[in-house]
Amino acid sequence: MLGQPKKLLVMISTLIIVALALSACGAAPAPTPAPPPAATATTAPAVVQATATAVPPPPATPTKAAPVAGACGSLKILYWQAATILNPHLAQGTKDFDASRLVLEPLAAMNPDGVPVPVLAAEVPTIANGGAAKDFTTITWKLKQGVKWSDGTDFTADDVIFTYNYASDEKTAVTTADSFSNIKTIEAPDKFTVKITWKDPNPNFYEAFVTGLGTILQKKQFEAFSGAKAKDGPNLKPVGTGPFMVREMKPDDVVTYDMNPNYRDFKNGKPCFKDVTFKGGGDAPSAAKAVFQTGEADYGWNLQVEASVLVPMANAADSKGILATAPGPNLERLLVNRTNPDASLGDKRSEPGQPHPFLSDLKVRQALAMVIDTTEMAKQLYGPAGDGACQVFATPKAIVSPNIKCSAVTADTFAAANKLLDDAGWAKGSDGIRHKTVGGKDVKMNIVYQTTVNSLRQKEQAFVKDAWEKLGTKVELKSVPAGVYFSSDEANPDTAAKFFTDIEMFTSGPESPDPTNYLKGWTCGEIKTKAGKWSGNNYERACNKDYDALFDQLTKETDAAKRNDLAIKMNELIIKDVVIIPLVARKSVSGYSKALKGIIFNGWDSEEWNIADWAK
Amino acid sequence: MFSAPLGQYHVHARVSLGGAYGGKPMNRYIIRSVLIALPTILGISFVIFAVLSLAPNDPMSQFALNPAIPFEVRENIRRSYGLDQPWPIRYVKWLGTLVTTGDLGYSFGSKLPVTTLILQRLPATLWVLGVSYIISVILALPIGIISAVKQYSIFDNLVSTFAFVGFSVPTFVTGYLLILLLSVRLHWLPFIYDSTLVVKDLESFGQLLRQSAMPIMVLGLFETATLARYTRASMLENLPLDYVRTARAKGINEWQVISRHAFRNSMIPVVTLIALGVPGIFGGALITEQIFRVPGIGSLLIHSLEASDTPVIMGVTFVFGVLVVLFNLIADIIYGFLDPRIKYT
Repeated sequence: MLGQPKKLLVMISTLIIVALALSACGAAPAPTPAPPPAATATTAPAVVQATATAVPPPPATPTKAAPVAGACGSLKILYWQAATILNPHLAQGTKDFDASRLVLEPLAAMNPDGVPVPVLAAEVPTIANGGAAKDFTTITWKLKQGVKWSDGTDFTADDVIFTYNYASDEKTAVTTADSFSNIKTIEAPDKFTVKITWKDPNPNFYEAFVTGLGTILQKKQFEAFSGAKAKDGPNLKPVGTGPFMVREMKPDDVVTYDMNPNYRDFKNGKPCFKDVTFKGGGDAPSAAKAVFQTGEADYGWNLQVEASVLVPMANAADSKGILATAPGPNLERLLVNRTNPDASLGDKRSEPGQPHPFLSDLKVRQALAMVIDTTEMAKQLYGPAGDGACQVFATPKAIVSPNIKCSAVTADTFAAANKLLDDAGWAKGSDGIRHKTVGGKDVKMNIVYQTTVNSLRQKEQAFVKDAWEKLGTKVELKSVPAGVYFSSDEANPDTAAKFFTDIEMFTSGPESPDPTNYLKGWTCGEIKTKAGKWSGNNYERACNKDYDALFDQLTKETDAAKRNDLAIKMNELIIKDVVIIPLVARKSVSGYSKALKGIIFNGWDSEEWNIADWAK
Repeated sequence: MFSAPLGQYHVHARVSLGGAYGGKPMNRYIIRSVLIALPTILGISFVIFAVLSLAPNDPMSQFALNPAIPFEVRENIRRSYGLDQPWPIRYVKWLGTLVTTGDLGYSFGSKLPVTTLILQRLPATLWVLGVSYIISVILALPIGIISAVKQYSIFDNLVSTFAFVGFSVPTFVTGYLLILLLSVRLHWLPFIYDSTLVVKDLESFGQLLRQSAMPIMVLGLFETATLARYTRASMLENLPLDYVRTARAKGINEWQVISRHAFRNSMIPVVTLIALGVPGIFGGALITEQIFRVPGIGSLLIHSLEASDTPVIMGVTFVFGVLVVLFNLIADIIYGFLDPRIKYT
């Protein structure tokens, strides 16, 4: 009895530690607590078009008096995910690309229409102006002259070449490596010219040094920190050419910036803001409150809040902010497994050569796809944050198929879907579940449908399940923590890559207006297999010779209009073959103070791409 | 847990009445406890490392669907983190660096040493949690004593109700209620904690108070409620005991009976609770810090969990483990001062 109290203490402390340790594995799941997934973390998140609703016209041209830099005072930006690092080549996510964009700049930015506009380049090289070779083997960038780093030294081609060397060193282990992977050689014929020769003819010639993926580091500052020493580099305080310089950075909390007096447009009154606070952390709903209700923040990023809460808050009479939404490339979709995920197959599970017992039947896929009312789903669950989708692309317009339209789902639709299934021989059994004898076995339409743990996603699952069960299928819902679902842990059976279920759901989209890389993900060679450590991008394991032939043409075609036609054909083929079932074309939703001017939402680059033009 | 039998014989190793030894056995006890603590800490570090390594999380999962970060790039980053090695080897390396250099590793995300990150977060956490803790101790002890002495009075009933509300309503509810009331409706207080604020004059100190008022209230409410309940229970146990009656019989006035006799004895379990709560101050308040964007240890931990930044999770949990062991020891030593019957052997 006398010893007991002490034991109690020890027990309690042990419990606390264990609880902490357990929470370490339990809580980690969601890399982004955002409703829709972390998938888009590193690409431009704000999926917004120039035609964005509620976006005011570009900044008024300077008024009579010459504008003075710093006249607008302080700008408070609020992200519910805090910036972790300001070296974009070591970035962890959108927040890092965005926070570093105030300081570091690429040669060219992508405008909201997916067209490159010069930043550090004097002009954007095209075939017409001779900057890009007709055979797509080289591209030559002319740099702006007289641009200075914030420490007063000159920006030259050396910095561009250094950035390539830094990023292409495997030991540096940059996140942006892919955008440099097609470069064979890079050289500087003179101080302000950079010539890139590609390994293979590259039609996507704005791949390197454009957008946040291609921002230029200062050679002087980072020279000693290439390769394995990258982690010791000045990653929290890069010297840049942009409108602002870092005053102080506290990882995962806040970054403060001062205007850069060496900025090239400083004499023209840019930037208008004297200093900027880039605060991070918290949650999206309270970030929305800070913009619309208390005015504590001038700009709130990615306000993924239930529509029923967000819209009234933004439209209230005393609202201090504007809600801006715009379409973008990210698509929430259902992936249809073409291979058999049956556990009894052991190592052959979800491997090519094991056709799915019912999803390899086109009619079944068509029936499942037609009964989901995506327009209604988007309206109910996403509100301003998404539109019902029926095809692979919602932007850029050039590759959106004019032939695919969303059709309303009515009782007739269900009748047609039921008829399709009946005709395909899938008859309802005594329990109401459709079944058929396939390969000598009686197969029941039991669908296992997985996605990440996320309240919005679970509502989507319920929506789809409701529709499918009316067709005489049995749907079992499964949700996996995002950290597990998207991991490449070979020992874990619950990953999206292994796809050991019949249907799965997530969001993804192309990282650049050129869709080549993205469309490659549905070719036969990209099929995920155990032997290939599930490394390809073909999650659905669908293989279509026609699609591969089109893709082959796309990689060779150099005419822009023909390339768009090919992309549209591939888009249509994916939908016709029901490789995926598109659900919602997600839009970016941000809010900003009514006093802010000059913001132009951009789905193809950072939301802060034109921050030098922001004013109050 | 600290209620019934503990009050009177709340004693650790061996009780010997009478004969007050000097400090020697005490020193021996401390040395022995520290020696026992070392393998405990080693064990804690091993268990945490193992759990983190075996958990099905992947720092690369946030990149998985990004077409700009293909499989090869992800694998290369994984190698650069050293995650391609088996976890027992990583553990030995981690422990080796810790023992030889005191280095807890560096963060996958910000590439900063974990120690730097923890030290950067400590001031905000110590300020917010420390103040709320001190306030709650100052409030809880008198509240607990009065409600025990005046058991079932209106005051006692009010306090009990308040205490039940205090520790049963989660901090994320009280936190958001306060934000809605004090920030959104009344516009009195900001709810975004500004960690760049430098206190240099009275005005900036006022700002610091304003921005920390709500998190302190939320945490203070919870702590006060818990402590007040324990103080009350402990007092109630002691008040009917013989020695209290004897004291009264000797004619000592009621104030002295309570403050010198009953109070001192009933403090023993409460002090344990207070001492064991101190590591919690360093550990940060996970939810409250997140709600008010206080950049403390708690929000560091949450963020690292979300990003599967294992070195940081490991560092924070390990430091917390060490503190728990340390304050256990301190609690033991404090008993000796409170209760002369306790002797350490």
